[in-house]
Amino acid sequence: MESIIFLILFPLFAGVIMLALPNGRGRDSFVNFAGVVTCIGSLYLLYEYFGKGAQFFFVDGTFIDPLITVAEIAIGLFIIGMSLKFRKYLIAVLAACQMALITYTDVVFEPSHYAGYDLFIDEFSLIMTVIIGVIGSLICIYATGYMKTYQEHHKDVKDKRPLFFFLMFLFLSAMFGIVFSNNIMWLFLFWEITTLCSFLLIAYAGDEISWKNGFWALLLNVIGGVAFAGGIFFINAFSSGSDIYLNELLTSSPGIALVAATFIGFAGLTKSAQFPFSSWLVGAMVAPTPVSALLHSSTMVKAGVYVIVRFAPVFEANLIGIAFAFIGAITFLTASAIAISQSNAKKVLAYSTIANLGLVVACAGIGTEEAVWAAILLIIFHAVAKSLLFLSVGSVENQKHSKDIEDMGGLIAAMPKVALMMLIGMAGMFLAPFGMLISKWASIHAFVNAIPPFGMLLIAIIAYGSGITVFFWTKWMGRILEVRTEREPLETEASKPEMRAILTLGALTVLACLIFPLISYTMIEPYTHTIYNSVSPLLSLSNEIIMLFMVVVVILLPVSLFHFAKGRTLRRQYMGARVSEVSGEHLRFLGSMGVMKEAELSNYYFEGIFGEEKLNRAGVLSTILIIVMLFALVSWFVPLEVIM
Amino acid sequence: MSFLDVMNVYPLIGVLLFIVLSPLVGGIIFGIDRIITARMQGRVGPPVLQPLYDIFKLFEKEKMVIHESQNFWIFGYLIFMIITGALFFGGSDILLVIFALTLAHVALILGAFSSGSPYAHIGAERELIQLMAVEPMIIIAAVGFYEVTGSFNTLDIISSGSPLILVLPGIFIGFVYILTVKLRKSPFDISTSHHAHQELVRGLNTEFAGSTLGMVELAHLYETAILLGFIFLFFGLAAPIIGLIVVALIYLIEIFVDNATSRVKWGLMFKSCWIVTAVLGVVNLMALYLI
Amino acid sequence: MAYITKSPWIIHYDASSCNGCDIEVLACLTPLYDIERFGIINTGNPKHADVFLVTGGVNEQNRPVIKNIYRQMPKPNVVVAIGACALSGGVFRECYNIAGGVDKLIPVDVYVPGCSAKPEAIIDGVVKALGILEKKREAMKKEAGN
Repeated sequence: MESIIFLILFPLFAGVIMLALPNGRGRDSFVNFAGVVTCIGSLYLLYEYFGKGAQFFFVDGTFIDPLITVAEIAIGLFIIGMSLKFRKYLIAVLAACQMALITYTDVVFEPSHYAGYDLFIDEFSLIMTVIIGVIGSLICIYATGYMKTYQEHHKDVKDKRPLFFFLMFLFLSAMFGIVFSNNIMWLFLFWEITTLCSFLLIAYAGDEISWKNGFWALLLNVIGGVAFAGGIFFINAFSSGSDIYLNELLTSSPGIALVAATFIGFAGLTKSAQFPFSSWLVGAMVAPTPVSALLHSSTMVKAGVYVIVRFAPVFEANLIGIAFAFIGAITFLTASAIAISQSNAKKVLAYSTIANLGLVVACAGIGTEEAVWAAILLIIFHAVAKSLLFLSVGSVENQKHSKDIEDMGGLIAAMPKVALMMLIGMAGMFLAPFGMLISKWASIHAFVNAIPPFGMLLIAIIAYGSGITVFFWTKWMGRILEVRTEREPLETEASKPEMRAILTLGALTVLACLIFPLISYTMIEPYTHTIYNSVSPLLSLSNEIIMLFMVVVVILLPVSLFHFAKGRTLRRQYMGARVSEVSGEHLRFLGSMGVMKEAELSNYYFEGIFGEEKLNRAGVLSTILIIVMLFALVSWFVPLEVIM
Repeated sequence: MSFLDVMNVYPLIGVLLFIVLSPLVGGIIFGIDRIITARMQGRVGPPVLQPLYDIFKLFEKEKMVIHESQNFWIFGYLIFMIITGALFFGGSDILLVIFALTLAHVALILGAFSSGSPYAHIGAERELIQLMAVEPMIIIAAVGFYEVTGSFNTLDIISSGSPLILVLPGIFIGFVYILTVKLRKSPFDISTSHHAHQELVRGLNTEFAGSTLGMVELAHLYETAILLGFIFLFFGLAAPIIGLIVVALIYLIEIFVDNATSRVKWGLMFKSCWIVTAVLGVVNLMALYLI
Repeated sequence: MAYITKSPWIIHYDASSCNGCDIEVLACLTPLYDIERFGIINTGNPKHADVFLVTGGVNEQNRPVIKNIYRQMPKPNVVVAIGACALSGGVFRECYNIAGGVDKLIPVDVYVPGCSAKPEAIIDGVVKALGILEKKREAMKKEAGN
């Protein structure tokens, strides 16, 4: 248990120290040190609890529970204060609502009186810990290099780096808290901390648009917070108080569990940026890249899907689960389609994150054993590949001063290492035999057995979505590979800390694909087997061998380059046999008026079909409709089982 | 021992037969295709084995490339096309087959992109549109097989008790519709065409010369065998003779359509594929619950 | 046996011809002559072609184009010059802007005379070119062997 508490508290204290350290090598090495310790800590935890199943810990709450109440009120007051200062009255009202609900619950029902296990750890928590610990700290290490360049390029942004690193580490601390909390009251505190951190980090640049997007993120997350608080209130008001402990709640009567799961799952939807709440994650792109990477891969959005997947068994085979699944599936389809029309690399990544989380939510909503298995695999693969992509795009942006995909033409020649890592990341996002595709395969397997006819509709949505996914990733990959002229690569592609983080994540992406059967056997399957009381293995041996074989083929394929490099005649592109010349990055040809013209290529974006505005509207409207139905269903449940 | 027992015990037989025979079978099919096309135009046409001669010739030529890395992608295309077929004819999970097929096509597209040529660029983008257009239908077909037979394994699907087409007519027609795209037949041959008269230069294949083009053509032969095998799944061992006849008929219809139509705009191709998928594929899938 | 003789793909370029020879070249593809019987396909892309058919006297605009096409054809390849103009410049020979024969720019393997050249002559020329192709292929093989 000590190591769990260490993991929650260490980043917090390290962050406080960073708040005091001035800019310079000292702080950078301290960040590196703290990152490495967090990383080692999470790996040690893996070693300590590996194969031990679920463990629960009792913590003496006499001092902690009041502290938590105080912290929650403090966060609430801070949010209200900030929103009043910037005249965002709606947020203030919502935050006040949420605070009132929680204070009322605390005072009237006194949940702290119940005895139960406050902390716990099981295989799913362990997986999340390793994701947060390893990827989160790599991103922090990357940030030391990135933020230095960032501040040099953005002179107008006030240098608040001590605060920046404090928030990053506080974020990690809160994430550890979320995955270890068995007490929902605790979980809620950490939940609120992530909301607050994300708000401050998105608004880091301090200009008008950053504040605007920061507050937008805050607003949507506070809506989720109110739902969460409502869920807590409901549990306390209508059930025996011991249900505030997750393990009790999951096994309590279906009425209680389902209603609580709906409220908290709704909060999860806001945090994981599902439609109709997706816009905050896209807006969050104004933040420096490490923040985006952190929000997208290991923290924040993962907190959202984490709670939904936790509640997945409750959703099995009922209409509420199906409603969640449809929100997820519609999010997957719409966000993927919007990604086609975007040329801003970070926006494409944002929409693809939203889409992938949609797939996770869809799996969790189905809630069968196979679906949960797929959801956890998706979380793992998405975390590594997406953080890799964000960090690579950040480094390219620092070099090229552009995050437009069109400006990445021929990146493989100019920045071979970073470009190769980007390709690995993208392959990890959509190609067989890499990560996400394994999960997509598993989710299709899971959906076919969902309640008819919803399962079939979900599959249809996934089928269309996966075609779209192939399109927007491949055209980006093509853009990176499109070398019109031979060029010398840049001498330094990125600063050392950046390169270190990127290369490690690249290796992790490949490693995850190689050892995923192992992860499945030792971590995910024991977890699903305990939850669902089953024993059957989910992945047949032959399919596993085939997938591994394909990974090995992909890894070995570059060897063929040695053969293909020999005895070739090099000739320039066919330019309609016109006179053409090459200078630097430019490929020119003789135009019809006798003037040399530059050959320019660009990708298709299909604004007309996949326009952002149009699809956003459709996605938001349809998901709002589903949410209304969801709550109608819930209100039907409440009187039936609870009030009577 | 029946065919099924043999396949169950030695799935490698199917794999080996595929690797060895499908270039020959595909070559002959393409040769017949070219002869029928010629006859429809009042010509005699080339020998039956002409497609194979073409491929052999391409391997005899000088190895001309823009970058060395280009061949790497095309080699990947060929390898993964063979793996796709090996999975398909080895009786493995059909979803894996579909994903491997997608991987192969992505490799081809990346090879075209990597040349940095305007013509290949347009071809690659168009090939991507094709990929996006057909992907949903193929996945839905696989799920349709599962719903009827209760298994994703091709071996279980092919040995289903009654022909699947009886309950999956919509999916069958939808699949035949997208087959035109997959076989690069007019009117949906938007990325690259067999016919010179529809083509500005050579679309996707513009920058592949010599053995590189040879590998592309060879992979296309393999792909044809896989696609026709996919059609055969709708009949399976419950009606093998009818299955073979229908496969032949479908290919004949494709040839007729190919010669009777001219290339459409990509938008029409894309939208019609998706609509056909929704109307025939998804509705058929939903209707399975009623039966 | 070299397969190259069984599947010679052609690229046809009109180097400022009067279109007389071009029409005859295209006539070879028609049902009457049907050169696809010999596996011949008209490609339109030098990177896929084995046989380069040139018509016309080659004016200033065409010079670099012809050279580019020839350069981008993978070996072994042959050039067939078709018609009086392509052979020598024909009636335009003395014009200020005419090169006066394709062979002034790139090596020509087969000359098909005529104004315009008859389809039978063109087919005959291509068939002659096939023999040369095979020889070039042998030479290439030997070179690779050394």
